[in-house]
Amino acid sequence: MSLLSNTAVLLGKELRTEFRSRELLTTTVVFILVVLILFSFAISPTSEESREFGPGLLWLAILFAASLMLQPCFLREQSNDTLSSLRLAVSDPFSIFLAKLAANTLFLLVTEVLMLPLFAVFYNIPILPELHYLLLVLFLGSLGISIAGTALSAISAQARMRELLLPLLLLPLLTPVLVVSATVSVALLDRQPIVQWKGIAFLGVFDLVFLTALWLFSEYLLEE
Amino acid sequence: MTKRVILAAVAILLVIASAYASFYIAPTERTMGVIQRIFYFHVASAWAGFSAFLICFVGNLFYVWKRKQQYDWLGVSGAEVGLAFTTVVLITGPIWAHPVWGIWWTWDARLTSTFVLWLLYVSYLLLRTLVEEPDRRALLSSLFGIFAFIDVPLVFGAIRWWRTQHPQPVIMGGPGSGLDPTMKAVFFFSAFAMHVLMVSLIVERYALEKMQTEADFLAREVEVQ
Repeated sequence: MSLLSNTAVLLGKELRTEFRSRELLTTTVVFILVVLILFSFAISPTSEESREFGPGLLWLAILFAASLMLQPCFLREQSNDTLSSLRLAVSDPFSIFLAKLAANTLFLLVTEVLMLPLFAVFYNIPILPELHYLLLVLFLGSLGISIAGTALSAISAQARMRELLLPLLLLPLLTPVLVVSATVSVALLDRQPIVQWKGIAFLGVFDLVFLTALWLFSEYLLEE
Repeated sequence: MTKRVILAAVAILLVIASAYASFYIAPTERTMGVIQRIFYFHVASAWAGFSAFLICFVGNLFYVWKRKQQYDWLGVSGAEVGLAFTTVVLITGPIWAHPVWGIWWTWDARLTSTFVLWLLYVSYLLLRTLVEEPDRRALLSSLFGIFAFIDVPLVFGAIRWWRTQHPQPVIMGGPGSGLDPTMKAVFFFSAFAMHVLMVSLIVERYALEKMQTEADFLAREVEVQ
């Protein structure tokens, strides 16, 4: 399977680039932290309210952070025109996307796992009882954000005002992810936690639909 | 040219006729009264707008496949005309909702999905203004248009299943549900009129885009010489 082996090599490259500087991870972690604190200043929730609104705010923070984090994903390749070399190196451009979206999902998950304990403390929400389900929702949601975001960052990298453009393209597209993952998380963090399998399945469907679209159109997204 | 003028004239006549029909021929609805008549305009515009976005999607797909600039013209025309109709929907909706529901806006599935749809196509047009080179602009916006269109059913599903707290509102149960035959006839006539208007606008917008491209091409030739 040349697709998978290519992807693995490229993923290694993405991870090495990031872990040499750790720029993206540190800035994203700090960004989410700042947003969460600002949210709690803006609404100063009681513990009942924060059960209701907290997960939504967390997802909003993740969404904003992702729309910033996904910026450099293709811009980084522009400074030395490394994208053309990548295109020449692999037979299927889908593997470039696959590697980038795997790396982005991983970065988002690392950020979220670092943020969760702080979120629990700030908003006074016990997250331990349903942690495994919460991690599943975080994984499926982050995967969806990364798939759509990686595709769109390939588009926005080729336009003017790219820093502003990516959130404008991405955030409306991710409405379904925000609605569903926030609702599922609220139900999970309730006093009587409920696992909404329908929502989890919906997130899976979202990921699958956009992954298929990306697979079909990846060649055109990277056209010179 | 003459064909376009005839089409536009027919569209205008049909819209006037449908306005007459919805005010004077359709019976007044029993509970909502006169305000219900806005529906012949509101729902018909919504249908025409969705059809325009469908045309945009087809244009986008064909552009990516065939790479003919004609498909790009079709894409941008569909998006702009669709956006105009959706704007009408978003304005007439609250005008109806305020006297009937007592509120201007509610986070109902149909309302919210239409609004997200509107936002997506605003982004589509915004993207087009930010890419200079015509071929690149056509390709990138077509790809975004395809992603946006795929997203629409997901947006609708997500909001319908997880955000609508109330049961479906009275009339929104679908225009076919228990409608008076005259109302039904007037409604379908309005929908038809709006579609003719939509097609006429797309034809006009397409011609404009074609002229624009030719003008740009000529301007560049002059620059080169």
